Amino acid sequence: MTYRDAVARGIAQEMERDPSVVFLGEDIGAAGGVFKATVGLLDLFGKDRVVDTPISEQAILGAAMGAAMTGLRPIAEVMFSDFFAVCWDIVANEIAKTRYMTNGQVALPLVIRSANGGGSRFGAQHSQSVENWAMAVPGLKVVAPSTPADVVGLLAAAVRDPDPVVFFEQKSLYPTKGEVPDGEIVDELGTAAVRREGEAATVVALAAMVPRALRAAEELSAEGVEVTVIDLRSLVPLDMTTVSASVKATGHLVTVEENPRLCGWGAEVASIVADELLFDLDGPIVRVTTPHVPLPASDALEDAAMPTVERIKEGVRRSLG
Amino acid sequence: MTGPTTERGATTTDAGAQAQGSAAQGGSPPPAPDGAASLTTRLAVYRMMVEMREFESRAYDLFLQGLVKGTSHLGLGQEAVAAGFGAAMQPTDYTFATYRGHNHTLARGVPMAPVMAELMGRAGGLMAGKGGSMHLTSVAHRMMGSYAIVGAHLTIANGAAWSAKLRGSGEVAVCFFGDGTTNIGAFHEALNFAVVWRLPVVFVCENNRWMEYTPIGSVTAVTHPAADRAAAYGLEAILVDGNDADATYAVALRTLGRARTGGGPSLVEAETYRHGGHSRADPGKYRPDAEVQAWLARDPLPRLRARLVEAGVAEGPLAEIERAASEAVDAATRDAIASPAPDPASVERDVFADGGSSWRR
Repeated sequence: MTYRDAVARGIAQEMERDPSVVFLGEDIGAAGGVFKATVGLLDLFGKDRVVDTPISEQAILGAAMGAAMTGLRPIAEVMFSDFFAVCWDIVANEIAKTRYMTNGQVALPLVIRSANGGGSRFGAQHSQSVENWAMAVPGLKVVAPSTPADVVGLLAAAVRDPDPVVFFEQKSLYPTKGEVPDGEIVDELGTAAVRREGEAATVVALAAMVPRALRAAEELSAEGVEVTVIDLRSLVPLDMTTVSASVKATGHLVTVEENPRLCGWGAEVASIVADELLFDLDGPIVRVTTPHVPLPASDALEDAAMPTVERIKEGVRRSLG
Repeated sequence: MTGPTTERGATTTDAGAQAQGSAAQGGSPPPAPDGAASLTTRLAVYRMMVEMREFESRAYDLFLQGLVKGTSHLGLGQEAVAAGFGAAMQPTDYTFATYRGHNHTLARGVPMAPVMAELMGRAGGLMAGKGGSMHLTSVAHRMMGSYAIVGAHLTIANGAAWSAKLRGSGEVAVCFFGDGTTNIGAFHEALNFAVVWRLPVVFVCENNRWMEYTPIGSVTAVTHPAADRAAAYGLEAILVDGNDADATYAVALRTLGRARTGGGPSLVEAETYRHGGHSRADPGKYRPDAEVQAWLARDPLPRLRARLVEAGVAEGPLAEIERAASEAVDAATRDAIASPAPDPASVERDVFADGGSSWRR
């Protein structure tokens, strides 16, 4: 099953199970989504529960919030994660803060899905990886799956979670395929997955950087260097238990981040490791990131900007010294 | 569409509709045949307004004494809007208000003491000191929040209305906001959305003529910032005297009824005036004295009081309402002052549903 089809399957699984789950966004219903990730849901669940909206991101997320505080469990789509910038008030000031400001009176069980990240040659306003924006806001949970099975399981977990979850789908992963077991799948937020084990170093990656890190690991293996690759899967909650256990064993940490460098999620992981595991480290913590630039459109330039297999390998070598 | 026409009380382009404003179902006292409120309801509205006036006056005093900290935005002079709607709403209807939301909170029956304690940042506050004056919320009273980013809560009220519609609950969301809100994008997104989805929501613009320190008329393309925009969304232009409690009650009944019976959203512009400044101790000196005096002469409280006397209410019951309100505010103030500061450990509580703020495992 493709990552794209897993999105529709995950949403359908939850809408089938719970009649309070509703889904809204631009072009999600009749058109099946601009990435065709939500094909068939309108036919399955009808226009009361699968709602095509105007191009009004504030109205979409506000409606999701108001519905969540009065008994529904909405899934809202923000077509491209760059568009969070036009509705960030609703995300960061309203949805994220309301439980706290009301002393726990208001629950907001909602999911905001968004197509995130580069690799599609769309240019700077449709390509940025903004998971670190969401991570910086207290009150949000932040998820970014890398495999079709994780899309289904983590989406289900997000819908069932009592807190607001921002769910980043990496758009270059939509056509990728993976095994997805039959039947209901429900995963757990805040749990990283060890995708590969090796004793030389710990490579921590997220979303589209996971398959890239795994390729780098295979190439390093051919050189006799075996690394662990951890798929973080969610940024909030952040599974430092899994990361720290691995770093303790390997003594080396390399993060692979698609977000621009400054205040990327790897900086937080690195600072925790530096604070808590400094004397377990046998080399510098290395962050492999997109440089601090908007993403360019040209394939040659975009490929040069995003972390490559070669840069990941160099990062590991630098940490190993 | 032409501009809103003017008549006594609520004024609309559809003059006939006003007299039919009795579509609300359920527990409200039945309106008199001409669409006016019963005397019982009018006395209840007067009591609410007096309580709001006493409460806000005290909040101002307490701010000057340093007991109310940070900021507060008072609704002095604007009581007739919150009270008229409050009296017309069903207990299950939802209120969404702004940072100038003390009146709207009291109008839903939220007790004064926790509201006052919240203004003072005390443990006994409505949100135990987490929210403050600008974020008063009491879900138990369907007071779904006071929002301090201009425009945002119109979109959120839509969500509550959408949910009510899907659940077939008959609930209506009422969303109050100021004149300045009509120039922000979320206002327009929300109105379009509400109309397209035919949502049971009533948008109430309290046009007090001044945004913060700038007159709305000097920065707005139309004369009536909300009513003149109604046509853009296929809505009736409704302009009401926001200092006339009988008129606000009547327009509330009519628009709530429309929403409850599947008629979709309404946009009401209530013309009113704040007696004080924008916030804190702002004396509002930027406003022309003649304008202030003219609006003080239209103070909604003495206006309703005189009409009640005219309708045969004796001085005694009115004085009793006023005495009781003053006593209630005294008691609420005492309770609030007696309430301790919140436990500093509560800083890290209630970010997430597990009661804590932990972001890592």
